[in-house]
Amino acid sequence: MLLIRCPYCEEERPELEFRNAGEAHIARSANMAGESDDDFEKFFFIRSNPKGIIYERWRHMHGCARFFNAVRDTVSDRFLLTYKAGEPKPAKLPGASK
Amino acid sequence: MIAAFRIPGAGRLRQAETASFSFDGHSYAGVEGDTLASALLANGVHLIGRSFKYHRPRGFLSAGAEEPNALVEIKRDSARKTPNVRATVQELYDGLAAQSQNRWPSLSFDVSALGDIASPLLSAGFYYKTFMWPKSAWKNFYEPKIRAAAGLGVAPDQADPDHYSARFAHCDVLVLGGGAAGIAAALAAAETGVRVILVDEQAEFGGSLHFESGAKIDRQDGFAWAQSAVAKLKTMDNVRVLSRTTAFGYYAQNFVGLVERVSDHLQNPGRDLPRERLWQVRAKRVVLATGAIERHMVFADNDRPGIMLASAARTYLNHYGVTVGRNVGVYTANDSAYAAAIDLKKAGVGVAAIVDLRDNPTGPVIEEARALGIEVNFGRAVIRAGGKLRVSSMTVQPKNGGGERTIPVDAILMSAGWTPSVHLFSQSRGKVAFNDETKRFVPGAYAQDCVSVGACNGTDGLSATIDEAYAAGAKAAKDVGANAKGNKPKVDASENWSRGMLGAAPGAGADTTVKAFVDFQNDVTAKDIRQAVHEGMRSIEHVKRFTTNGMATDQGKTSNMHGLAIAAETLGKPIPQVGLTTFRAPYTPVTFGSIVGHARGPLFDPTRKTAIHPWAERQGAVFEDVGQWKRAWYFPKAGEDMHAAVDRECVTVRKTAGLFDASTLGKIEVVGPDAAKFMELLYTNPWEKLEPGRCRYGIMLREDGFIYDDGVVGRLAPDRFHVTTTTGGAPRVMNHMEDYLQTEFPHLNVWLTSITEQWAVIAVQGPKSRDIIAPLVEGIDMSDEALPHMSVREGRICGVPTRLFRMSFTGERGFEVNVPADYGQAVWEALWAEGQKHGACAYGTEAMHVLRAEKGYIIVGQDTDGTVTPNDAGLDWAVGKKKTDFVGIRGMVRPDLVANGRKQLVGLKTKDPKVVLEEGAQIVGDSKQAIPMTMIGHVTSSYWSENCGRSIALALVAGGRDRMGETLYVPMPNATIEVEVTGMVFFDEKGERLNG
Repeated sequence: MLLIRCPYCEEERPELEFRNAGEAHIARSANMAGESDDDFEKFFFIRSNPKGIIYERWRHMHGCARFFNAVRDTVSDRFLLTYKAGEPKPAKLPGASK
Repeated sequence: MIAAFRIPGAGRLRQAETASFSFDGHSYAGVEGDTLASALLANGVHLIGRSFKYHRPRGFLSAGAEEPNALVEIKRDSARKTPNVRATVQELYDGLAAQSQNRWPSLSFDVSALGDIASPLLSAGFYYKTFMWPKSAWKNFYEPKIRAAAGLGVAPDQADPDHYSARFAHCDVLVLGGGAAGIAAALAAAETGVRVILVDEQAEFGGSLHFESGAKIDRQDGFAWAQSAVAKLKTMDNVRVLSRTTAFGYYAQNFVGLVERVSDHLQNPGRDLPRERLWQVRAKRVVLATGAIERHMVFADNDRPGIMLASAARTYLNHYGVTVGRNVGVYTANDSAYAAAIDLKKAGVGVAAIVDLRDNPTGPVIEEARALGIEVNFGRAVIRAGGKLRVSSMTVQPKNGGGERTIPVDAILMSAGWTPSVHLFSQSRGKVAFNDETKRFVPGAYAQDCVSVGACNGTDGLSATIDEAYAAGAKAAKDVGANAKGNKPKVDASENWSRGMLGAAPGAGADTTVKAFVDFQNDVTAKDIRQAVHEGMRSIEHVKRFTTNGMATDQGKTSNMHGLAIAAETLGKPIPQVGLTTFRAPYTPVTFGSIVGHARGPLFDPTRKTAIHPWAERQGAVFEDVGQWKRAWYFPKAGEDMHAAVDRECVTVRKTAGLFDASTLGKIEVVGPDAAKFMELLYTNPWEKLEPGRCRYGIMLREDGFIYDDGVVGRLAPDRFHVTTTTGGAPRVMNHMEDYLQTEFPHLNVWLTSITEQWAVIAVQGPKSRDIIAPLVEGIDMSDEALPHMSVREGRICGVPTRLFRMSFTGERGFEVNVPADYGQAVWEALWAEGQKHGACAYGTEAMHVLRAEKGYIIVGQDTDGTVTPNDAGLDWAVGKKKTDFVGIRGMVRPDLVANGRKQLVGLKTKDPKVVLEEGAQIVGDSKQAIPMTMIGHVTSSYWSENCGRSIALALVAGGRDRMGETLYVPMPNATIEVEVTGMVFFDEKGERLNG
């Protein structure tokens, strides 16, 4: 069971308290109705599924109930960083593998 | 009396026989501290089981958890039967009853042992090849026969009456393994004051000190030192010591699963004791001190009862005081087996000969063996064992060929060397590295905050082990911020072992066809492994699966390295290039009970009951499960079946009125200055202009444009909406709303609160509904002008606060009375009393379903399935045409979602009104077409409607709304049913009854 640091509670808590919510930093268009079919496809269907660093959304479901973002290495399953929803993609990652 | 093979004065047990036990119906005596294995051996019993595939007689290979052969069933009573218990681990208690497995009719005469003679048919991969013809025979004949003949124990056929508990624990240093290394590491860490947990799978700590008679630590016998060190640890407040506890799994971030066997060793475990306890431990640092496991020699018929690991024979002698024979032979490729011969000889047991594969080994144990007068043969191999139910001889030959000599023996003690137990290290995702010099895999690169010490790290010798372990324990403590200042245990004497060999011994080489077992539990021989390579398997993972080497419940603890070496030799490749198979949890088998713990029966999943549940129970309601909820399904009167009850309930609601418990409906309060804006974004409907006090039926979509949920929403105030959701959808709708509020629309000033359990909901529906409610209501004008259909008021009912909705899911004049849940039952009873004056009934979920279907009201999740758009469901009217944004606005108009020919929700009437369709039945346009037919839709809802006097159904049909009046067909196994496509409203098409 992973330990995940909630950036709102500022504590590491067991995975049981959290729920994954898919890839992060996929912004919903401010002009949703005007999106082209291609843009909607990219927004709704296409996900990166990388081997390595992934930016994803989690929710501290059985804690503060806040959504936040996390950087995880899909190879080692380690969380490198978590940060609040709305904050920009971090420029530097601590201890990332190649 | 003392058992025949117990040696007076030997071992550490008090030899007074206090326990009687039975094996296959025979009674024996044992002593306190015995295992089932040591007690049977003391009585001269070696034959303990039959092998998995060939049904060959088998004895004890080991004295520990790695045992592949000695699996028995322990039976406490008819419900407490545990199969596949390792007799080498099971502690003896008075009255223990054990049975052998996988034999018929008896252990000494097993009919299926013919499989041994027919074994050329059963070689590696046999089931892929041998039983291929005729094809049908595999399923009906071969597979059932093979499955019946092969196998281990029989699963119990009753529910497990024992209980199992679970605990979470946190510590600074977790030490896995309580031999010399583990104890030393625990001492070093514990002395600094950090929180330490020390774990060992055996009843007593000490690991190999159980048998190492040559070990002396702090001027004590090694085993005695271990006991006093652990006794000291137990007195420390910062230390938890767990014996009979197996670390079975090493998971992410130093999360380790332990199973503590609490009462399997007790004669009469009290009901207050769990059988086992699951520990889930999170440790800052882990010290792995898991030791090493001795390997057997791979030679012909090396599985005969009486042939065992040399260390096992030493354990039986030095700890249990039992000799495994009177005239033992020793076959070895390393020094440690000499110690067994020496210990037995000194105890007065005859040692026929030591056969050593090595050419000219030297060292103190060899000198000592010679000095004791034991015959020592170098450069020779045991090429065959004699005997069947018990070994009777060993045949010895120079390893490069030559004259054979057969030596009578009643036991053979063997040692091919020691395999470090890297199982848990490997589970931690650490990478093992092959040491070519010592021919062992040892821990290489670490993936977690752990360290391996002692034999599992490839460290030889007691002194080096204790130095390494003590330093590791101190460092682990230092890493978490504590400094050591204790006394390192001093090793005064120790044993030294050399390396040994891997693979098949001479006489079992590639040119032979003998049965030299590599994996005892799965009956895999050296020949099988070679055959796998010859048939094209290249990777050890393929060899493993083809031969099943290492795939039994012992997970190849003794067999993996031999199998790998034979495969590598056959492939002509170095061992590391062939690779080691992956170690997976559990290290030893774990019961389902310990994993499940208390989460069984009523504690498996919460049961949710409404405030009105006790009343419904008293009325004799039949309940159905809806998610975790228990909902009243129907209320049968005396003599009524479900059909009659539902018909009566449906008719009564439309004739007078009915009361329905709608408390399970999901309810969310959306509050704040931007509440209307938020509702605009989350639902397809317009909300800004909805007057406070009015309600609207809302549809929620996912971003892809498909219907996600629906429900009536009441606006209580400009900044307050009372939103209802489907019963099953409440949690995900709340999550969906929170997600958008927190991440996409955080600028909106809105709060969301789940109020599902705060309000009990009583639906009162029917022409008399207002008459029933009105006398109890204060402060609300109930006239049609003041409280029209689809409106909501706050006031009081029966003196308690209410949110009174005028709304209808039946098509009748209707109300939903929301009251605080604590008053739910009292208000229900008051309404019920009023209802009785008018002839109202209570109705359940089934009648609710029928009544709504009569009106063509959909149920999301029944009439929709996640691929239905508002247009498909005929709900375009609920989509705000002028809106510029809401979740799903773009997805809804994707080309495929607006294309012609989509499945649309329509009504179906069977041509024969008495025939009720089956929900889920497929629909075709032409019943005469060839099979497979083109299916154009399916039935989503179908009921008998007593109010309509016929069956009614809803269905999703391709281009359905353009097919009104068309005849379609529903092919069923017995008949094809003709149906007519209709509108979705079957009753009161004009909707006049809403005000009736």
